[in-house]
Amino acid sequence: MEYLYYPGCSLEYAAKPYDESLRAVFRALGITLTELEDWNCCGATMYMSVDETVSLAISARNLALAEKSGHHDLIAPCSACYTVLLKTNRFLRESPELKAKVDLLLGKAGLRYNLTVNIRHPLDVLVNDVGIEVIGLCAKRTLDGLQLAPYYGCQIVRPERGFDDREFPTTMDRLFERLGASCVYFPLKTRCCGGMLMTTFPDVALKLVAELLECAIANGAHCILTTCPMCQVNLEAYQKRITRKFGSSHDIPVLYFTQLLGMALGCSEKELGLKRNLVPLNKALAELACQPAR
Amino acid sequence: MNTERRIPGSLPEPERTLRRRFLADALLVPGGERVSRCLQCGCCTGSCPVSYAMDISPRTVIALFRAAQIEEILRSRTIWICASCYMCTTRCPQAIKITDLLYALKRTAMDSGLYPERFPVYLLSKNFVQIVNRYGRNHEILLLARYYLRHNPLALLQLLPLGWRMFRRGRTSFFPTKIKGLAAIRTMLHAAETLKVPPAKEAVEYGKEVVGYRAVA
Repeated sequence: MEYLYYPGCSLEYAAKPYDESLRAVFRALGITLTELEDWNCCGATMYMSVDETVSLAISARNLALAEKSGHHDLIAPCSACYTVLLKTNRFLRESPELKAKVDLLLGKAGLRYNLTVNIRHPLDVLVNDVGIEVIGLCAKRTLDGLQLAPYYGCQIVRPERGFDDREFPTTMDRLFERLGASCVYFPLKTRCCGGMLMTTFPDVALKLVAELLECAIANGAHCILTTCPMCQVNLEAYQKRITRKFGSSHDIPVLYFTQLLGMALGCSEKELGLKRNLVPLNKALAELACQPAR
Repeated sequence: MNTERRIPGSLPEPERTLRRRFLADALLVPGGERVSRCLQCGCCTGSCPVSYAMDISPRTVIALFRAAQIEEILRSRTIWICASCYMCTTRCPQAIKITDLLYALKRTAMDSGLYPERFPVYLLSKNFVQIVNRYGRNHEILLLARYYLRHNPLALLQLLPLGWRMFRRGRTSFFPTKIKGLAAIRTMLHAAETLKVPPAKEAVEYGKEVVGYRAVA
């Protein structure tokens, strides 16, 4: 199997462990990831607030390049990229007027886009293309006894119905339960982490993150799993500040789901970038990382 | 003193212009026209994780729009607080694209200059766009540095320890990556400028001969 890969700006630096662990997981499963040649920023939520047409056009440049390379499935691991690229596809399909404008702009740059690219999230590819059973059989370590709070965030399941329920998805839960872990009661799994509000209105975002952390900790989770660079940084980087502000401890490791999956598949600590996480691994996770691979 | 002569039932001039500008943008969004179906049930406000921090709730945004108070919406904190989580859009029983409408309102507010000075979201978005236009990709350090220097330099100092921790773990870089196809992006941006047509003049001029009720969409 082969997929085209669109890392997105965050995965270059701030979410480097996500990039590393994603590549490691796909390597371990024998799937080739080809990086999209000369990709550009998808525009994220912020470009959309300034200029809709240009935002769609620069996002569509990536899709046009992907189409030109002859691939049909494009993997976008960052939730913002995933939702923006999907939205671009949908808007261009549904609005002839926007499509005409975007075509014109792409044409100036010598590109064309015929709407043939599917945007996929790695979680979707792993569970629905590779299959939970296959991953279970490839596992080299067991996650027995590990209690997880899988956090999906907003943008991989919304606004349109994608590969899972929009308010109560279970894809990640099913995957990790097959690998031996148990998932705690975590009703806030698709509640917003605040995203860029952490920069623009920190007080609003800190409260949202505090509620997420409290919910996971109160229900006995050993770690939170995320699927998005923005969520991961928001949940991980401000724990001390939240503890100071709201009292009670808010310390809990926050891993990319691919990091834990990589551990189960027997990848090394270095391959998964585990040392790059700001919150060190706690006892339960450190024991798992030391477990010899079968 | 307001010397404008108004036709009974018509809207005052600033309201008319802003509405036209907003609708021209919002109706381009697939499903944008569904805003007229709103039942005022309040599902959006109830589902919104940040409505507690808004000055007018998402439901009230639509109510105010109907009451011809668009300027009040554009001057509110609400449109800037939305974190774009799409919970309201998901739950709306009338399938109104509330998040997308808020984006259109943001753009209308920016285009009309109706936002408080040095407003955080505006500053951040503008800087983001400048960086993407220059390099083709976003660069977090550059974005945050430019934003905080203009918005609140003290907060930048507060962020330094976090920046250092990220740097030690190889999660930041001081140099942005430039893409090869930058020329293509520039061409598209340039072409987009020519696409922008000035807002069309209203078809009916309001003169002496126009009498009676006439609401402007």
